[in-house]
Amino acid sequence: MKSAIIQLPGLNRDRDMIAALTKISGKAPQTVWQTETELPDVDLIVIPGGFSYGDYLRCGAIAARMPVMAAVAEKARQGVLVMGVCNGFQVLLEMGLLPGALMRNASLKFVCREVKLEVTNANTAFTRGYQPGQIIRCPVAHHDGNYFAEPETLKRIEGEGQVVFRYAEGTNPNGSIDDIAGIISESGNVLGLMPHPENLIEAAHGGDDGRPLFEGLLGKAA
Amino acid sequence: MIKARVTVTLKNGVLDPQGKAIGGALSTLGFSGVDSVRQGKVFDLELSGSDKAKAESELTAMCEKLLANTVIEDYTVAIT
Repeated sequence: MKSAIIQLPGLNRDRDMIAALTKISGKAPQTVWQTETELPDVDLIVIPGGFSYGDYLRCGAIAARMPVMAAVAEKARQGVLVMGVCNGFQVLLEMGLLPGALMRNASLKFVCREVKLEVTNANTAFTRGYQPGQIIRCPVAHHDGNYFAEPETLKRIEGEGQVVFRYAEGTNPNGSIDDIAGIISESGNVLGLMPHPENLIEAAHGGDDGRPLFEGLLGKAA
Repeated sequence: MIKARVTVTLKNGVLDPQGKAIGGALSTLGFSGVDSVRQGKVFDLELSGSDKAKAESELTAMCEKLLANTVIEDYTVAIT
């Protein structure tokens, strides 16, 4: 599987994502700086987590307007797989590639802990490595992960199976509406999620519940 | 030069935990009777030129494209 990672000033989870993709796919992703206007020919584009532009204005708002993001949007339109984790999820929402918005955590606190996730839709390119309804462990680390969408939008994404990850067993860390932790585009090729599956892929991490996400992608786009 | 102020506020119905916390702090300070606090943002801009109509349409475009997230926020533009 060929992959690319978008890099912006203030991101800090790019190395974790590079390590996860390299270990699981056997091939290091290409890194693409924010000012690039063209992307390499890849199967997967990842916008990793962090604090691009210091979270100024709104999380992900400035990153979403950088030149490379127009190229990401074009690739998404062509059907290339695009995944945004944490700050990357915020960027995808700010770009309008996914519906809704992420707001300040209801507790107003930064949360850095492990949560439980339910795989509510295992029939996607990103979640095919899991069983439907499977409960997995996953770390989160964010200040603005409180998912919000207007009732109409919410009804649509729930009805279309676009909610793919939900905080389970009372572990919602941020007040997200309907316990939403990750959503996919209507077209099924753009995923955004707040938790960090790349940080739970091997025994040294204390578990590998995040690994099937990457292995599922390999099966899809190897 | 044209001076303008853009005000961005959360839409009705969007929860504002920060506003709520600020309201709590106000009542802690003894300000009773604060029924609601909603936090927003203010941007003061200085634009070159003197065409106010053009400035207003540009400011609106700036709000739509960057200054506000219209999923959750409303905005107003005032040229001073």
